[in-house]
Amino acid sequence: MARIDPTTTRECALTSLVTVLPLAADGGGFQPPTINDFFPPPILFSGTWFEFNRVELVRIVAALVIVSLFVVAARRAKLVPGRFQSAIEWVLDFVRTGIAEDVLGKENAKRYVPLLTTVFVAILGFNLTGIVPFLNIAGTSRIGLPLLLALWVYVMYLGAGIKKHGVGGFLKASLFPPGVPPFLYVLLTPVELLQVFVIRPATLALRLTANMIAGHLMLVLCFGATEYFLVEAAPAMKAFGVLTFLSGFVMTLFEVFVAALQAYIFAVLAAVYLSLSIADEH
Amino acid sequence: MSTAALAAVALAAADSQPVDGIHLLIPAVADIVGSLVVVLIIAVPFWKYVLPTFQKIFDERAEKIEGGLAKAELAQAEAAATLADYQQHLAEARAEAAKIREDARAEGAQIVTELKRKAQDEAGRIADTSRKQIEAERQQAAVSLRGEVGALATELASKIVGESLADEARRSRVVERFLDDIEASAVASGAGPAKGDRS
Repeated sequence: MARIDPTTTRECALTSLVTVLPLAADGGGFQPPTINDFFPPPILFSGTWFEFNRVELVRIVAALVIVSLFVVAARRAKLVPGRFQSAIEWVLDFVRTGIAEDVLGKENAKRYVPLLTTVFVAILGFNLTGIVPFLNIAGTSRIGLPLLLALWVYVMYLGAGIKKHGVGGFLKASLFPPGVPPFLYVLLTPVELLQVFVIRPATLALRLTANMIAGHLMLVLCFGATEYFLVEAAPAMKAFGVLTFLSGFVMTLFEVFVAALQAYIFAVLAAVYLSLSIADEH
Repeated sequence: MSTAALAAVALAAADSQPVDGIHLLIPAVADIVGSLVVVLIIAVPFWKYVLPTFQKIFDERAEKIEGGLAKAELAQAEAAATLADYQQHLAEARAEAAKIREDARAEGAQIVTELKRKAQDEAGRIADTSRKQIEAERQQAAVSLRGEVGALATELASKIVGESLADEARRSRVVERFLDDIEASAVASGAGPAKGDRS
């Protein structure tokens, strides 16, 4: 509570400060958030493949913070952990036992723990930038990053299936599930084909991106409205500002939850897809 | 909602260049490239350094704990064995003590019995000896008494009779007869201690 409160207050103050200037110049009025937030103007290398904008800057900051945290923890790692190391180990242990071993079983989990850990930690970190003051946009709110991670998982689960069953065996196992009457394959096989090759990676990427976009828009709506009510609206309307500010505060907490939940869902589904690929035929 | 985001809104509005919603789903090349960069920034150190390091720590810790558990188990077993050993020794010592006590009691009883028996023997022996001695003294007294009484009687008789019993044989005979009379009278009165004692 005490940790979040200054955040939101500062955010509000910042918003007010920044928006007042251009909007005042424009003559005021409430500006609802638009998806333009996710397409900020380029900072460097405009128009090239290496175009560098604000979202990318946020991603790089987040990536450096994540890596520094874990590298420092690993460098100082001791047999008897301190508080910091315990916290880091808690995260690693959560992915290992709570996701990998739960879904894949102890034996198979070993091979995929690094993948799942990296994916989980990366997504969690990039999601949380959405509520960090001054960053204020989730690194995963543009489709590129979730899609890339989903493709990585996609390649890994296809590779795992092919390595275990061979190309033919894998296709047979996933497209012609055993124990089904043969005529049902007419219906089932196209569905499974779509499922394995398109829907799984696409839903992984879209679910994450959509959640982050929605979360960002909700936050901007709440705090933008707060700023409008408090600064520009008629005095009688100012009470609404308190309401919208409280909503924004609650939404911020909710976004923390969503950030963790989406990272968890992504990692769990990745583990489930891996386990489906390497499952023995029933 | 931040500085740049809102600045972007303002800018976009100024440029009157609204972004089409479909772009939320279609990745720009720069987006993919940028994503690849940040994923590599995270993934490479994780795979090369962070995760192996922690794996090593976890393994080492598990090994230590398992080793510790094994050691503790061993110590426990040792302690149990020592305890059993100690208890066995204790029981043995107790049994031995009881046996010694029992033996001592038996021996003591035996000694007492022995001593009692010896004392009784001794008492019997002493009583026997005393009896014999008394008998012997009595006989001696009787013998000496007899001699003295003879002499006294003779002297008395001589004085009474007025005649010297010079003849040895006669004197002896007279004495004998006298004594026999005494004895006979003693027997008759029932007070004589010795009977038929004539030597």
